[in-house]
Amino acid sequence: MAPAMPQRKAKLSSHCAPRKSASGAGKQFTPTELESLAERIIGLSDADQTEVEIDLGSDALTRFANNTIHQNVAEQTLTISVRAVVDGRTARAVTNKTDEESLRRVIAAAARLARNQPEYPGLLPMPRRQKYQKVARFFPATASVAPQDRARAVARVCKIAEKNKQTAAGIFTTGASYSLLANSEGLLARYAETTAEFSVTILEENSSGWAKSNSPDVRDLDPDALAASASRKAAESRKPRELPPGHYTAILEPSAVLDLVGFLFYDFAGTAVLDKRSCLNDRMGKKIFGDNITLWDDAYHPLQTGEPYDGEGMPRQKVLLVDRGVPKNLVYSRATAKKMKAKPTGHGFSLPNEYGEAPMNLVFAGGDKSVGEMVRSTERGILVTRLWYIREVDPYEKVLTGMTRDGTFLIENGRLAGGIRNFRFNQSVIEALANVEMLGPAVRAAGEESFEMVVPAMKIRNFHFSEATKF
Amino acid sequence: MQDWANWAIDTAKRRGASYADARVMDIRQRDIGTKNGEVGTLVESESLGIGIRVVAGGAWGFASTDRLTREGVQACAAEAVAIAKASALAKRENVSMAPEKAYVDTWQNPFLKDPFRIPVERQIDVLLAADQAMRRVKGVTLAEGAMSFKRIEQLFVSSIGSSIHQVKMQSGAGIGATAFAGTEIQKRSYPNSFGGQHALQGYEVVEALDLPGHAEQIAEECVALHSAAQCPEGTSTIILGGSQLGLQIHESIGHPIELDRVLGQEANFAGMSFLTVDKLRKLKYGSDIVNVVADARLEHGTGLGTFAYDDEGVPAQCTPIITNGLFTGYLSNRETASAIGETRSNGTMRTETWNRLPIIRMTNISILPGTWKYEDLIADTDDAILMETNRSWSIDDRRYQFQFSTEIGWEIKGGKRGRMLKNPSYSGITTEFWNSCDAVCSRDYWTLWGTPNCGKGQPMQTMGTGHGASPSRFRNIKIGAAFAK
Repeated sequence: MAPAMPQRKAKLSSHCAPRKSASGAGKQFTPTELESLAERIIGLSDADQTEVEIDLGSDALTRFANNTIHQNVAEQTLTISVRAVVDGRTARAVTNKTDEESLRRVIAAAARLARNQPEYPGLLPMPRRQKYQKVARFFPATASVAPQDRARAVARVCKIAEKNKQTAAGIFTTGASYSLLANSEGLLARYAETTAEFSVTILEENSSGWAKSNSPDVRDLDPDALAASASRKAAESRKPRELPPGHYTAILEPSAVLDLVGFLFYDFAGTAVLDKRSCLNDRMGKKIFGDNITLWDDAYHPLQTGEPYDGEGMPRQKVLLVDRGVPKNLVYSRATAKKMKAKPTGHGFSLPNEYGEAPMNLVFAGGDKSVGEMVRSTERGILVTRLWYIREVDPYEKVLTGMTRDGTFLIENGRLAGGIRNFRFNQSVIEALANVEMLGPAVRAAGEESFEMVVPAMKIRNFHFSEATKF
Repeated sequence: MQDWANWAIDTAKRRGASYADARVMDIRQRDIGTKNGEVGTLVESESLGIGIRVVAGGAWGFASTDRLTREGVQACAAEAVAIAKASALAKRENVSMAPEKAYVDTWQNPFLKDPFRIPVERQIDVLLAADQAMRRVKGVTLAEGAMSFKRIEQLFVSSIGSSIHQVKMQSGAGIGATAFAGTEIQKRSYPNSFGGQHALQGYEVVEALDLPGHAEQIAEECVALHSAAQCPEGTSTIILGGSQLGLQIHESIGHPIELDRVLGQEANFAGMSFLTVDKLRKLKYGSDIVNVVADARLEHGTGLGTFAYDDEGVPAQCTPIITNGLFTGYLSNRETASAIGETRSNGTMRTETWNRLPIIRMTNISILPGTWKYEDLIADTDDAILMETNRSWSIDDRRYQFQFSTEIGWEIKGGKRGRMLKNPSYSGITTEFWNSCDAVCSRDYWTLWGTPNCGKGQPMQTMGTGHGASPSRFRNIKIGAAFAK
């Protein structure tokens, strides 16, 4: 079982509908036609209120391993999701069929499900038209990438690996999407974005290295440089030695930081605090992290991506979550805000759901130390490229377990002293963020266990590595 | 469905494909979630489309669409061929597949009650009754319940002449009680964590669980955990409950035997495997009493890994994975079987939905029942910890080193179950762990557990897998490391 963190998109409604996909394709519908389709669905509905979400997309992914392409896929999808409110009750139905009969059926299904449940006293009327800050996250250069373009980049990367007598595996994916959210109260939100991602693992007989990057603009990706970095890490971690478990100074590169702290931020949901499942219960306003930890949720940051509105169409607000070590604010959907006598922050998931909301555009305040400077300042420690299979052990102390992977090094006397066998860690994230000695510049990082965020590399003292594995 | 699939195969062949297959899938799903007396999630969804996989120029291509007109399907098939030809730009050798016969067949899993015909209000009532019973217990701060139903109708057609129609109905449900007090959050789930129990059956699965009838007990246990003693740190004998052993099988046997991982195809994401091909029929994976199979056949049970044919048109099979402790088999597809010199795929190619490429997935990976009565096993154990219901799970990317914690534990002293323990955890190395197994309970205590949320592949696919297991005993296991300071 691989990691299963929620997707960045603040929508919980796409369960059996096709997986997130993107568009720009527009082969079935233009954006204007989709707006007409949304209007038609709202017009056909006899519910008290009706909301329509439409996602149109095309995605392609080229996957390689053993220095060859072994999977190469493309998809085009359309998802229509209808929420009905009837007599103070609400439910959702989803389809990918656009014929008249199917549209009528999905509308009727949403209303039928809504009627057949107990009344929900906390349900709010759908929001009216909102104003949104503009974001520019659609790049034609990404939308027009062809399979041959991805294959040529992969071929170059495989040659780098072959030249170094190594083996490459990874992905190159590009996609584009158009999303629309409208309701019967006049709300209309539109968003277009492109996505591009390159990830590579370079393997030797007993070592490996990894690098990954993503951006809405494919021109920001440099597959050759990523491959060179992963290749160097594989070479430098050859013949890893086993270290005894214990508490070490750990230098986590941005991807490792991202995957670790990603488990903390669902605790910043107002609903999580109401449900008493947040580690921030009884801790808001108290200093629990170091002075050097400040972070926001900011959908408008130039290195962030995603819609400027939430699952109900409310504009996302920039929220200061932690100020110099003190948790200051939570995020709220409209309903949670009302329950907690706060203002909605535009972080709600699509309704109906039981999770409420979550921050999805995290931005840490960074520092000015490079990873090299962190290494040079460390007498004995461990440099971690990437973490893997992270799971929560203690939800209140926020103890997480997981493994290091694909480039773990011993640091001795300010220098890298070779690769080490991968470690399991059992570490409280709260404690780790109280023990940060140095921060690098905050960058857009990509991992595997959490959504992308803007995070720095961190030097953390007293990090608990509990057991070593065999490689 | 047949027309769409035929258009796809014909177009792919015309465009130069040497092999093509098409999967039309029509998926219907209902999800219900409740929390603290209110309905949360209430969603029905449907999705229909076609996925087309081809070999052209000696390389793979795959494309999918929900534009099910002749023009849409033909364009999709043409795209799959174009992608395959692009793949050929970075190929080392031509795709080779183990031979397989053509099949024309239709199959549906048996079930008693169509969950989509059960009124949704009745299903909500069951969850809310359990919810109320949990919240009646003082100290419970969060009560949750969930039901999930899925109907998958699919047609597989291939250029070698197969045409296979299958309908699969699956159902599942579960509840959980959480208590926050002081500086601790404790949770108990029934009948299993992460959504409960799921099977390839109808609504009868949910009725048999009797969620309201078990709600009070788990709520009381959840509150009692706050005053229970901490699981000690050290080395101990452990007895694992069936559902926890099912997840142990999933992580430390099911994944490492996936031949695509072994051959490096998942190296960038899901990882590889310590089970390199030189270990087949040589490695002592477990003790002599450990027998594990990968069995997708209906006679094994109605698990989430049960079907008649996989998504490559290969019939369901039973493959011995561990035989009297010896490692004897992988999970393969036609391509990887050919790569290691096997004469046939053992039929484990599966896809989540029409817009995902089939990949090697677990079917039902089960430990075969042993001989012990559960009561005798407890009576035979002097000093141990009994651990039940998974709370967290993690294993390295080659599936050697693992750590699990469970929701609840009990001391076993002098052959009797004693006091409750909180925060139980254990860890170890896969082969050392399975070689330490000295007792497996009998068929009377064996359950085919459903794991509905196994993630693998890029783009990520979520798949249901089955794991038959009965309570079992392991000696000299490291315990308590997860909570060690």
